[in-house]
Amino acid sequence: MKLTGAQIVWECLQREGVEVVFGYPGGASLPIYDALHDYNIHHVLVRHEQGAAHMADGYARASGKVGVALATSGPGATNLVTGIATAMMDSVPVVFITAQVHSKLIGYDAFQEVDVTGITLPITKHNYLVTDVKDIAHTLREAFYIARTGRPGPVLVDITKDAQQNSIEYDPDSEPIHLRGYRPTALPVEDDIQKAVTMIHSAKRPVILAGHGVLQSGAMKEVLEFAERTQTPVAMTLLGISGFPASHPLNLGMMGMHGEAWVNHAIQDADLLLAFGMRFDDRVTGDVRRYATHARKIHIDIDPAEINKNVRVDLALVGDLSQTLEQILKHVKPGRHDEWLASINEMKGSSSVRDIQNLPDNGHLYAAHVINDLWNITKGNAVIVTDVGQNQMWTAQYYRQDNPSQFITSGGLGTMGFGLPAGIGAKFGQPDKEVWVICGDGGFQMTQAELATAAQEGIKVNIAILNNGYLGMVRQWQEFFYDRRYSATPMKSPDFIKIADAHGLTGMRVTTRADVETAIQTARETEGTVVIDFRVEKEDSVYPMVPTGSELKEMIRRPLPAAVAVNEAVKVEA
Amino acid sequence: MNHTIVALVDDVPGVLNRVASLFRRRSFNIESLAVGHTENPGVSRMTIVVDSDDTSILRLISYLYKLVNVIQVEDLTTKPCVTRDLALIKVKADTENRAQITQIVDVFRARIVDISNSSFIVEITGDEEKIEGFIEVLRPIGIIEMVRTGRVVLARGAAPLYASEKIIDTEKLATAAG
Ligand SMILES: Cc1ncc(C[n+]2csc(CCOP(=O)(O)OP(=O)(O)O)c2C)c(N)n1
Repeated sequence: MKLTGAQIVWECLQREGVEVVFGYPGGASLPIYDALHDYNIHHVLVRHEQGAAHMADGYARASGKVGVALATSGPGATNLVTGIATAMMDSVPVVFITAQVHSKLIGYDAFQEVDVTGITLPITKHNYLVTDVKDIAHTLREAFYIARTGRPGPVLVDITKDAQQNSIEYDPDSEPIHLRGYRPTALPVEDDIQKAVTMIHSAKRPVILAGHGVLQSGAMKEVLEFAERTQTPVAMTLLGISGFPASHPLNLGMMGMHGEAWVNHAIQDADLLLAFGMRFDDRVTGDVRRYATHARKIHIDIDPAEINKNVRVDLALVGDLSQTLEQILKHVKPGRHDEWLASINEMKGSSSVRDIQNLPDNGHLYAAHVINDLWNITKGNAVIVTDVGQNQMWTAQYYRQDNPSQFITSGGLGTMGFGLPAGIGAKFGQPDKEVWVICGDGGFQMTQAELATAAQEGIKVNIAILNNGYLGMVRQWQEFFYDRRYSATPMKSPDFIKIADAHGLTGMRVTTRADVETAIQTARETEGTVVIDFRVEKEDSVYPMVPTGSELKEMIRRPLPAAVAVNEAVKVEA
Repeated sequence: MNHTIVALVDDVPGVLNRVASLFRRRSFNIESLAVGHTENPGVSRMTIVVDSDDTSILRLISYLYKLVNVIQVEDLTTKPCVTRDLALIKVKADTENRAQITQIVDVFRARIVDISNSSFIVEITGDEEKIEGFIEVLRPIGIIEMVRTGRVVLARGAAPLYASEKIIDTEKLATAAG
């Protein structure tokens, strides 16, 4: 069958099982868009290519499949960059297809020519420039394979206009994937498994550190089994959230900079840390030199480059997490750590939901209340997609997620503007689920244009803007570390109800706690995308907070209300 | 410490850029880099000299393996190897010092490969020490221009690098961990 390069692109996507593509057309991608007419793949027209990148990313995280974003050459391609870097930092499998100018014009600064493979070299797992129609099929096949195997990540394929236009005889099975240098899988040797088992058996105060790898490897069952059999408590990284049920008695919650006190204390006091698919990011370790100094450390990760990168470990098991845990589970005996768990629980008891209870009762609306109520009303069952900043941390703290892949956030890059487009992508990834986007007034405005995409697609995502009139997280740092000298953080926003209205969508405003539930319920029952403008306390901060460079136990706590302060202080010190 | 890393890579456009970019991004300083074809079609060999401690080198090697086009990486620093560098040196050569230069060239087993009215081009191969010694001796005579290939190495014995199927030495990583 003779096909054009453009047709081959869609043939390949179809073969990979792609159902939806997020993109934006342009001169160099005209052939691809023309060929789309003949294929049954849904194309979501975004309002900015960054939106396409985040949508493909959110789709991938929610569905576990490879996301696909499509952009034209030059500015279309450069607009993807933030989204590509976001996917790279969080190891999300996305294939980015960009159109390139005619191969004869490459290198001549042609109209809308940009060296996108050069630009994205450090922010892709791999990338390709395809100048010949005969290379399209096997390159795309490799791209999908590389994106989803091993430690997943974004792969970009840049295809020149002439390669799209030219025709060849298309044979889908012509060339098998042959990547000599790419070996995505590894398994630890039995010897090391045994060493791990010995360390596990002798531990008195073990803690599991569950990262994004738990979800990506699909190791939820094994982690649960391991935790229960060995009675080991589980702390989660931001991206590890939802990898272990929040309601489980062994769940500790999130660790690190905004982790709860008992979690960080447990880590610092542990004698064995079991790092499952996480990378000891500086946001979770605090000062590395003073990080868990009493603990021996076992690190299981699929990426050998993560071993000893940030924290030196005592035993490294390089391999797929679920397979490795399966090996370990063959030998691990049931264990008990009653004393250890009791001591953590005591700490938990003394500070559990302490922060939310300590919110002054001044009739104001607090973000923590909004998230807590949302969690209650949705029974912890919604797909939650956050933006970046305080809203993200409050959501991580107060929306206790029980279901895997239902907490989606930009962790590694911390990309503001991620929330709304990623939420739209997540809705395409889990269409039967209720999706909530939680964002700040700042981050929402970064990619607000994608409201029009949601409207055009007629999909339903609920958007909760935690509107505090500030770039809240930066304001918080200015409050704590710069003497409240607020610089470029107060922000005046448009009327979000009118914005929603202008898109033919429903907008609501909530200013008191009493109205939170009704608004959330109304939003759930309303057809189409809904925007709720929650006017929350302006100068509230995320607690606890471990300042950068501090040890994990050195945290800033929420100031206690005067009445209980004396009583509580005694308890906490003790 | 100076490490000699050998990387076998796919002979495709942009691969040098990928490798060099990785060194830059992860803050490793390249002292010298030599690239060329190998006995295997489609495979290039890079010899990279980098100044770094042993643990960082293990990390560097695992970063290199993250590149899809990197087939195999080996740290040959402590292995028995034949190590060579080649230099072409253009020196001032007038009637008075021609004999002297010829003598030095003989002592170092170098070769004169071009002669003009006022200059020689001398070719020398050997390990870096020998070449540096040679340069020091020529310097007072007047070096006009010089070029060096950078270090290339081949491990001694019959086995080629490529034969080793063991790719990522996870055991070594684990030992370094323990
Ligand atoms: C693209 C981008 N620019 C800047 C930042 C730095 N930054 C991190 S949090 C934050 C404030 C976010 O404010 P807002 O969206 O209102 O959310 P809030 O923290 O108030 O919940 C900023 C500016 C970032 N993370 N991403």
